[in-house]
Amino acid sequence: MGSAKQVDPAAAAELFIIRDHVHEPMHDRFLWATMQRRNKEAAAIPEWEELREIASTIKEHTLTHLDQYLEEFEANATKRGAHVHWALDAAEHNEIVYSILEDHGAKELIKSKSMLQEECQMAPYLQNRGIKVIESDLGERIQQLDGQPPSHIVFPSIHKTRQDVARLFARTIGTNPDNDDPHFLTEVMRNNARPRFLAADAGMTGGNFAIAETGTFMVCTNEGNADIGASVPPIHIASIGIEKIVPRVEDMGVFLRLLARSAEGAPLTQYSSHFTGPRKGGELHIVLVDNGRSRRLAMPEFWHSLKCIRCGACMNTCPVYRRSGGLAYGATYSGPIGVILDPTFDEFKYSELPFHSTLCGSCSEVCPVRIDISDQIFKWRRVMAKKGYLPLAKRLSFAVAGYVFAHPEEYHVVQKFAEPALEYAPHFLLYNNSLNPWGRDRELPHLAKQTFREWYLENRSENAKAAN
Amino acid sequence: MDWSRPERRSEVATQTEAINRKQLSRSAKVGLFIPCYIDMIYPEVGIAALQLLERFKLDVGYPLSQTCCGQPMSNSGDEVNAAAAERLFVENFKNYDCIVGPSGSCVKQVRCHFDSIEQNDNVKHVRANTYELVEFLHDILKVESFPWAEFRHSVALHNSCSSIRGLGIAKPSEIVGPAFDKSAQLLSKVKGLVLVPVDRPDDCCGFGGTFCVTDEAVSARMGLDKVHDHLRHGAEFVVSPDMSCLMHQQGIARRAGLDLKYVHIAQVLNGGPF
Repeated sequence: MGSAKQVDPAAAAELFIIRDHVHEPMHDRFLWATMQRRNKEAAAIPEWEELREIASTIKEHTLTHLDQYLEEFEANATKRGAHVHWALDAAEHNEIVYSILEDHGAKELIKSKSMLQEECQMAPYLQNRGIKVIESDLGERIQQLDGQPPSHIVFPSIHKTRQDVARLFARTIGTNPDNDDPHFLTEVMRNNARPRFLAADAGMTGGNFAIAETGTFMVCTNEGNADIGASVPPIHIASIGIEKIVPRVEDMGVFLRLLARSAEGAPLTQYSSHFTGPRKGGELHIVLVDNGRSRRLAMPEFWHSLKCIRCGACMNTCPVYRRSGGLAYGATYSGPIGVILDPTFDEFKYSELPFHSTLCGSCSEVCPVRIDISDQIFKWRRVMAKKGYLPLAKRLSFAVAGYVFAHPEEYHVVQKFAEPALEYAPHFLLYNNSLNPWGRDRELPHLAKQTFREWYLENRSENAKAAN
Repeated sequence: MDWSRPERRSEVATQTEAINRKQLSRSAKVGLFIPCYIDMIYPEVGIAALQLLERFKLDVGYPLSQTCCGQPMSNSGDEVNAAAAERLFVENFKNYDCIVGPSGSCVKQVRCHFDSIEQNDNVKHVRANTYELVEFLHDILKVESFPWAEFRHSVALHNSCSSIRGLGIAKPSEIVGPAFDKSAQLLSKVKGLVLVPVDRPDDCCGFGGTFCVTDEAVSARMGLDKVHDHLRHGAEFVVSPDMSCLMHQQGIARRAGLDLKYVHIAQVLNGGPF
């Protein structure tokens, strides 16, 4: 396991920040405003915290009985006429999708947003085999035209400005680069994508929830493209992660109240569509995908991450994500949830991600299914340290600090020398960017002439003697 | 199923309730925990905390062999080097009935993350009885007034993330429920002090321990946003129960040439030293 290169989110985030005075502040402001809407919507429901608790419990229950509910789902979906496929990993998922398309001689695919299909790198796989793959949702389409992965699981192109989109459409569709009116841009996209629905041989969606009791799956969107893609072409293929199972239809009364409020501060998504079996004359294929989920389920400290309903609230609230942009994480999943999911795919490649956090804890408090995200970030750091993935400078300085802090005598000697050393250290050394990153944007604090301990010995000598 | 059963509620709420139930006997021995960076950089904060506790006629001791709680190593995942610091901390404080420190993140480290070492009775005692200064004053001593304190300034309050989401000294904005803020409660009893509302009271300032050097650009941007939020609302002083956040914010403000002063809540509540 492990790829050649570690992702360096700190360096990538720095590029996002220093790029200009537009992108990072806009990104931060938009997502902060989304959080404010979420807080307002959540507060309008007095039993909000109880709902989170119930949702968490349903997910915990389902995940600890996953085999049973998956088989129940398969049986009921099959009974309703759907074809259910099982994919162990990304490769199997892609092969299954390709073989369905191949069987029907399908050449063109219209799809709506699916993080799982991103995770499986499905689009490039199919394109290499001569299938034309078109994203139908605005944000995803923008990212596809730009050759970039989504930077946010709900707002895929949120790191881009209107001007960026106008320039992109000018380059790829041929519109006026100076017209960045959002209505115009949306219309351009609509006119560009709509004919593809009619031309497509098959439509693909993801699935937000799969209901074991009925064999139904739900797709929640705002643009409605998923519904057209699922209804116009003769074949509908849905990729669903095995953790998306819930036991009963009535559970949706919990999750639907949480999902859109958490995601975007809206009471509900515009479309909450139930798919139970194929429509008349159509064909429905459901691909249930593991791709590391069973392995994650067996990790005592990290299996709770499988409760995730992909609302993105942890990203919106994360002060680090808001300043970094999602592409800085170099992975399918970005933000706090990405930090705890990505290392389960490749520990070495994503070993720096758990350090791209201040451990402020906001993600755990906002999570609608109460995943202990912040604690898991902390625990992933321990895993990375144990595996020797900490940068050398950090390892050495902690070894020294660990020794000094464990030996009070040495600690007090070090203290004695620190002050004069800092006083006489040449300015260029202290404010050298690579030697002392603190000094790049911050003044150094001054060490005190007298430590608290020295003051105490001088001013509370009786107590010092009595107590020590 | 009983959805409201207490063990399923947030850890923060449970901790806070436990603290509220705790009664302090008159003869209790209080150990003063002065984190390493306060000892070396902000001794006046340690002095203020000590004098403040002494005002309530408490038997306060300061173990001279204390160094660091191990947080920098622990937060970086380095359990091996954190363990030594944790062991020494427990050794220093095991004989105190309760331990009080003027730093939210360090107290959170002791209470929530002292698990690199074997959990014997001493470790359990120290973890269960270590308090951040604000919660000690608010929940245990239940202080009603600070007649000696006066601070005629407009103040922006910065409760650290560790204090809010780790220790529960204020309601995080993400949580739905009645608002509370123990730091603000205490500051409201100080003569002349005016708290100014800010736009993002509990958005992290970007200090984050070693994060502030390993993720310098993001950390600095978060810090600058925080400083501007405080300035925009007319604060003269920023007051916090966590000096480490202030060290970072102060460094940013000074470099940017922005006029804001930073003091610890202990200094305000004790009436100095500044």
